[in-house]
Amino acid sequence: MSAAISNHNRFHPLKFALWLGIASMIMLFAALTSAYIIRKAQGNWVDFRMPALFWFNTIVIVVSSITMNWTLRSFKRFKVNACKIALAITLLLGVVFLIGQYFGWQALNEMGIYINGNPSGSFVYVISGVHAAHIVGGLIIMLIILLKMSTTPFNPNRLIRVELMSTYWHFVDVLWIYLFIFFQINIF
Amino acid sequence: MSDQVINPAIRPVFTGDPTHQQDSTGEIHDHGHHEHHKDNFITKYIFSQDHKMIAKQFLVTGMFWALVGGMLSVIFRVQLGYPNQAFPILETIFGKWAPGGIISPDFYYMLITMHGTILVFFVLTAGLSGTFANLLIPLQIGARDMASPFLNMLSYWFFFLAGVVMLTSFFLPDGASDVGWTAYPPLSGVREASPGSGAGMDFWLIGMTLFIFSSLLGGLNYITTVLNLRTKGMSMSKMPLTIWALLITAVLGLLSFPVLLGAAILLIFDRTIGTSFYLDNIFINGHALANDGGNAILYQHLFWFLGHPEVYIIILPAFGLVSEVLATNARKPIFGYRAMILSLLAIAIIAFVVWAHHMFVTGLNPFVASVFVFLTLLVAVPSAIKVFNWIATVWQGNIKFTPAMLFAIGFVSMFISGGLTGIFLGNSALDIELHDTYFVIAHFHIVMGVSAFFGMFAGVYHWFPKMYSKMMNNTLGYIHFWITIVGAYLIFWPMHYMGLAGVPRRYYSFDAFQSFNMFGSLNEFITLAAMLVFFAQILFLINFFYSIFYGRKLTTANPWQSNTLEWTTPIKAGHGNWPGDLPTVYRWPYDYSKNGDEYIPQTTPLREGETGGH
Repeated sequence: MSAAISNHNRFHPLKFALWLGIASMIMLFAALTSAYIIRKAQGNWVDFRMPALFWFNTIVIVVSSITMNWTLRSFKRFKVNACKIALAITLLLGVVFLIGQYFGWQALNEMGIYINGNPSGSFVYVISGVHAAHIVGGLIIMLIILLKMSTTPFNPNRLIRVELMSTYWHFVDVLWIYLFIFFQINIF
Repeated sequence: MSDQVINPAIRPVFTGDPTHQQDSTGEIHDHGHHEHHKDNFITKYIFSQDHKMIAKQFLVTGMFWALVGGMLSVIFRVQLGYPNQAFPILETIFGKWAPGGIISPDFYYMLITMHGTILVFFVLTAGLSGTFANLLIPLQIGARDMASPFLNMLSYWFFFLAGVVMLTSFFLPDGASDVGWTAYPPLSGVREASPGSGAGMDFWLIGMTLFIFSSLLGGLNYITTVLNLRTKGMSMSKMPLTIWALLITAVLGLLSFPVLLGAAILLIFDRTIGTSFYLDNIFINGHALANDGGNAILYQHLFWFLGHPEVYIIILPAFGLVSEVLATNARKPIFGYRAMILSLLAIAIIAFVVWAHHMFVTGLNPFVASVFVFLTLLVAVPSAIKVFNWIATVWQGNIKFTPAMLFAIGFVSMFISGGLTGIFLGNSALDIELHDTYFVIAHFHIVMGVSAFFGMFAGVYHWFPKMYSKMMNNTLGYIHFWITIVGAYLIFWPMHYMGLAGVPRRYYSFDAFQSFNMFGSLNEFITLAAMLVFFAQILFLINFFYSIFYGRKLTTANPWQSNTLEWTTPIKAGHGNWPGDLPTVYRWPYDYSKNGDEYIPQTTPLREGETGGH
C-alpha cells in the first residue's frame, strides 16, 4: 500500500461529481427563472393563480423524499425488504408526481393559460417541464436499482449507488419546492 | 500496492475504475484484485476508456473540424476578396450554392455561421480542452485515469455525435444554419426567416445540445479528478499551471454551458410549440406571426452569459499550456506562480459579470453600460499580470527554440496585440462606433482564435512525444510557425483599419457601398493571406500524421528535460500510466536552473536545507 491513501478518501469522487452536476443544474434553472424575472419586468404579462393541484404534487414529492431517506437508512442497516418497499413507494410517488404535473398542466389549459399564449404561462409550462424531465431521469435510475435489488442478492457494496440516487432525488425535490414558491410569489 | 482513492468497501461498484485496467501490452499494474481482460481493437481505439486515447480522439476530431472550419473561411474569403467574380470550379463542387461559380448570399451566411460554430465550439473548446485536459490532468497530477473513465468516454462520444449532426446539416436540402454562430432570434426563432432557419437550425440546436452534454460530462470529470485524485505530495500549490488552467476552465464550462442550454430550450419551444419567449410582432412575407410578448434581447442576455465565459474557456487552457512550455524551454522557473493562479481565478470570476459588453448597442441603459465597462476593463489587470509574468519568465532565459516554444512566444505576441484592442471595444462609447465592424473581427480572431490556436500548437508540438512516442519534424514545424504568425498578422491587422473606417462585418458584398470600395484590394490581399495560412496548416497536418507513423522514435522518456510527472511515465505508458506505484511529489514543477541543476523533477526528494516552495 502506498501512502497515497492517507492523502485522499476525503470524499467519494462520484459523489463529488454528482454535486458538480447539481451545480450545473442549478445554473440551468437559475438561468430559466432569471429569464422569467427579466421578461416579467417588461410588462405585457398575464397574471394567474397556480391550480391547487400543484399543492398536492408538492406534498407528494416531499413525501417521496422522506421515503427515499427511509430507503437509504434501510440499506445501511441491511434491511433488504424494507429497503425494496421504501424504494418502490418512492418510485410510485415519483410517478404520481409526474401524473399530477400532467393534470396540473391540464388545469392550466382549462383556465385559458396555454403554452403558446402569454410568456407568463409559457414559462410555467417550460420550466416545470424541464424539471419533470429531471424527475424522469431520477425515476429511470430508481427503476434500474430496484430491478437490480430484486434480481440479485443484496450487495452492501452498492451503497454508493443508493447514496447518489438519494442525493439526486432530494435535489430534484428541493428544486421543485423552489420553483413552486417562485411561481407562487411571481404569478400571484 | 496502491489503491489511491476507492474505498475498498465500495470498490466493485465503481465500474470503469482505472485500477481495474491494464495496459496495451497486457501488463497488469498495481491493484489488489485481478481482472485479466484483454483489450481488443474496439475497446482500445474506439470505445476506449483510457484518458490518453480519449485525448487523441479529441485531438484528431478537433483537427478534422479545424480543417473543415478553416476551409469554410477560405471559401467565403473568396467572395470577399473577389466579389461577384465567377470561379466555375465552385459551381462544380457546390452546385446550386454557387450558381455560375459565384457563391450565393445564402451559402455565404451558411459558411460564416458554421465557421464560427465549428471553430468556437468544436475546435477551440472540445478540441483544445478535450485534448489537453484528458491527456494532462491524470498524467500531471499522478493519477491512473480520470475519476470516471466511463463518463469520459461518453463525453467524447457525445462530442462525436454532435459533430455528426452538424456535418449532416450541410447536406440538408436548405443547407446548414445560416443565422450567425450566436443564433440570435428572430432569425433563429422563425422557421421561414431564412433558408437555414428551418431544418438547418434544428440540426444546429440538436448538435449544440449534444455538445453541451459532452462538455458538462467532461468538465465534471476534470474537476473531480483534479480535486480528488492527486498523488501523494501533489498539493494544490504544487500543481503545474496547466492543471490550474484546465481546472478553472472546467469550472467555467460547468457553470456557463447550462445557461446556454436554458437559452436553447426556450428557443426550441419558440420554434416548435409556438411559444413567444423571444418573438414579438413579426411580419414575414406580408403576414403577421401569432407570436406576441417575446423579447429577443432576453436571448442575448442568456447567450452572452455563456458566451463571454466561453471566450475564457477557449483561452485559459492556452494560458496553461503556454506557461508550461515557456518555463520548460526557457530553463527558468515560471515568474510569479501564485500571481499566475490568482490572475486565472480573477479572470474566471470577472468572466461572469461582463456579458453585457456584447450588448452595448441593444439599448442598454447607459448607467448599466458604464458598470459593464468598468468590469470589462478590469480584465486587463489580470491579463497584464499574466503577460508580464510570461515575459519575465523568458527574460534572460537559456531559451531552447523548439517549435513548441516558438508557438508559445507567438501566443504571447498575439495575446498582447489582440488584448489591446479589447480595451478599445470594452468602452461603451467607442463600441457604438466599432460595434459589428471588422475591428471586432480583428480583435477576437487575434486574441481568442489565433492565440488559442497558438497555445494548442505549442501543446501539440510539446506533448506529441508523450502521445505517440515519436518526435515531430522540427524543420516543418519552423516553416509552419513562421508562415502562420506572419500570415495571421497579415490577415487580421488590416481588418483594424477597415473596422475603424466603419466596414461592417457579415456583409456579403461591399460593391454597393461607395465608401467601402477603397478596401477592395485590401480584401483581396487578406483573402490571399488567408489561403497561404490555410495551406501552412496542411503542412502541420502532414507533419503530424507522418510523424505518428514514421517520426523519429523517442529514445528518452523526458525529451524536453521537464520537471512534471508525465515525463516520469514510460515512453509508451499503458493504461494506468505508471507501471509501479504512483510517483510521490516533493517539490513544485518549476525548479529549473536551481543550485546548478538544469532541472529537478517533481519526484526528486528535497535536499538538505531546501524548501519545496517557490
